[in-house]
Amino acid sequence: MSIWEYANPKKFMQTTEVILPWVAVLAVLCLVTGLVWGFFFTPDADRFGSTVKIIYLHVPAAMMATSAWAMMLVTSLIWLIRRHHVSALSAKAAAPVGLCFTVIGLVTGAIWGQPMWGTWWAWDPRLTAFLILALFYLGYIALWSAVDDPDTAADLTSVLCIVGSVFAFLSRYAVLFWNQGLHQGASLSLDKKENVSDVYWIPLLVCIAGFVLLFITLVFLRTRTEIRARRLAALLARERLA
Amino acid sequence: MIALLLRDIRLAVRAGGGFGFGLAFFLLVTVMVPFGVGPEPATLAKIAPGILWVGALLSCLLSLDRIFALDFEDGSLDLLATAPIPLEGVVAIKALAHWLVTGLPLVLVSPVLGVLMNLPGPGYGWLVASLLAGTPALSVIGAFGAALTVGLKRGGLLLSLLVLPMYVPTLIFGAEVVKRGAMGLATGTPMALLAGITAGAVALLPFAAAAAIRVNLR
Repeated sequence: MSIWEYANPKKFMQTTEVILPWVAVLAVLCLVTGLVWGFFFTPDADRFGSTVKIIYLHVPAAMMATSAWAMMLVTSLIWLIRRHHVSALSAKAAAPVGLCFTVIGLVTGAIWGQPMWGTWWAWDPRLTAFLILALFYLGYIALWSAVDDPDTAADLTSVLCIVGSVFAFLSRYAVLFWNQGLHQGASLSLDKKENVSDVYWIPLLVCIAGFVLLFITLVFLRTRTEIRARRLAALLARERLA
Repeated sequence: MIALLLRDIRLAVRAGGGFGFGLAFFLLVTVMVPFGVGPEPATLAKIAPGILWVGALLSCLLSLDRIFALDFEDGSLDLLATAPIPLEGVVAIKALAHWLVTGLPLVLVSPVLGVLMNLPGPGYGWLVASLLAGTPALSVIGAFGAALTVGLKRGGLLLSLLVLPMYVPTLIFGAEVVKRGAMGLATGTPMALLAGITAGAVALLPFAAAAAIRVNLR
């Protein structure tokens, strides 16, 4: 029994078929609980007023946007090293989800920034880094769709993902150099004194858990679709040969 | 390897198109900007470092798809891949050839365009220095993008979508060097970071590009 058993598409399909409904239900539960709790049962913050409540969408989406890229990096490496097709397909499946989370992070940030900073957009390091991350997602998705042969596409996108990670990381710190920001610093760290107070912290945690589960649900679902599409293509090819 | 370098340079110079177009494009971009933003010397002086760097970056981008595409079409890339020199070396040499016919001329004409953009006096040295340190990175990153898209029919647009986000750090540090230089401030930090990006890209990206070419030739 090892984790590599799940690299077998059949085993993967069987397992996710059982897990998927549970993860999906848990995701919905967490999201509904966290969002309703956050929106209706927490007090307004003294400096932010009721705008603070957008944090329940903004922070989890932004966290998942970077985590999705990290997950794609790991699965790309697994594909390049061990040639497991499920791994490459899950990276392909995660990219549009990650892009959506990035856009949600940017849009909710703009809506939050308007009343707080008086502007929809500022060339703040964090905002800029996220915009660049969105561009990397776009390039990655475009490369997948441009290459016809699936194995070639998987190889090329994996190499792009690895190199892109380095450059996305470089850009993150290069923009710090380039402009000073409006965005507040980290306030959810586990090791710092100055954090968000528990009233917001706990529903936010529930929301983050909900977004993680939502991400897992969507990636499972999309990977299963990719595997089915691959099987369909194989069947059609066999039919043509027969 | 030297033979390959000379061959690539000769092809770029003698075969129609390509060589010189990048320079003309750099000139045109720089000439277009004052029409867009107005001719006030103070405004131009303020945006000159950024415009000159963006112009250099775009003209570099123009000729990227020629690095591997022509050799891929006539099959010489297959021969190069089976040649006794490593494919990583081929990539590095081709990036160097691209830099010699595109990047280096950009560096040399940039002071003239600096005059057009009313760049303040102390900025000229730093403009040349930063382009000299930064354009090799543009060529190598571009060679990686060209390697990824070499097998595609219409790779040009995709190439710029892939490559431009990777140019961000180089652009930031390069323009920062010129901006600080023009204002007479210390430029050591961005210059060191820019050179660091170039050194890292030149050292590592040929391996990634060679891997991508091997996949595309499969």
